[in-house]
Amino acid sequence: MISIEWYIALSAVLFTIGAIGVMVRRNAIVLFMCIELMLNAVNISLVAFSSYHGNVEGHMLVLFSLSVAAAEAVVGLALIIALFRNTLSVDIRNLTLMRF
Amino acid sequence: MEIYAFILLSLLAIATSIGTVLNRSAVNSALFMVLHLLTLAGLYLLLRAQFLAIIQVIVYAGAIMVLFLFVIMLLNVEEEENIIKNTRFGFIGAFMVGALLLGQVVYSLLGLAGILPELSGQAEAIGTVEAIGDVMFTVYLMPLQVTAILLTSAVVGAMMIAEFTHADGTHQDVIEHAPEDQVEEGTS
Repeated sequence: MISIEWYIALSAVLFTIGAIGVMVRRNAIVLFMCIELMLNAVNISLVAFSSYHGNVEGHMLVLFSLSVAAAEAVVGLALIIALFRNTLSVDIRNLTLMRF
Repeated sequence: MEIYAFILLSLLAIATSIGTVLNRSAVNSALFMVLHLLTLAGLYLLLRAQFLAIIQVIVYAGAIMVLFLFVIMLLNVEEEENIIKNTRFGFIGAFMVGALLLGQVVYSLLGLAGILPELSGQAEAIGTVEAIGDVMFTVYLMPLQVTAILLTSAVVGAMMIAEFTHADGTHQDVIEHAPEDQVEEGTS
């Protein structure tokens, strides 16, 4: 039987990879995928805690975070399309309008 | 047996997430991401969360990633060249911050070493559709409705954002906008 520490460690590693991806990548679409990676990493630890405690509420929380992730992906991709229409690229280095 | 499945799935999950982050082509990144989400569904099955595993495959790997791929194909983005070489300083900085983050999480975990729970005997009972639906439509009915409103408003907002507007403020009408000679060429 696997102890819960391994699941949480896996979740931490995946979250870190996602965070590094957000900092490294310049492509807005890949940036969104890295955010999805981080959300999924947190979902693993939620499901692990839920199963190990024998409590169904973690599963519900994962369902809600899944729907929030879907909404976020829809709005984010619409933003990317609007960005592409204005600058003809999805490079986030072009987004300097509100930079001081 | 179970531990081998865990090792295989977790290594695959880590490898595919690295593939997502470090791939030059956005399409390949998205395909790695699909594989990552499928391995996560396998991990959910190991955790006896059958319903969430199916939902993960249908909603994440099926719907959300298809939306991502659709946008990538629509925008026809060129490949990034040398994502590491061009931003070497930034890459090192990001790696340091990531190592710091991981170290902090692992350190805070070490403090919990003795009090983490063992796998509950009820784990198989709570992962079923029956158990989740029982809670979803009683205790969490209100948040469920709020989620429905959130998804509706997200779709409407996405349509508002992505809608094409001319410089003079008029909206594009697809049927009127198509030149008639092109339509005739298409039909003849």
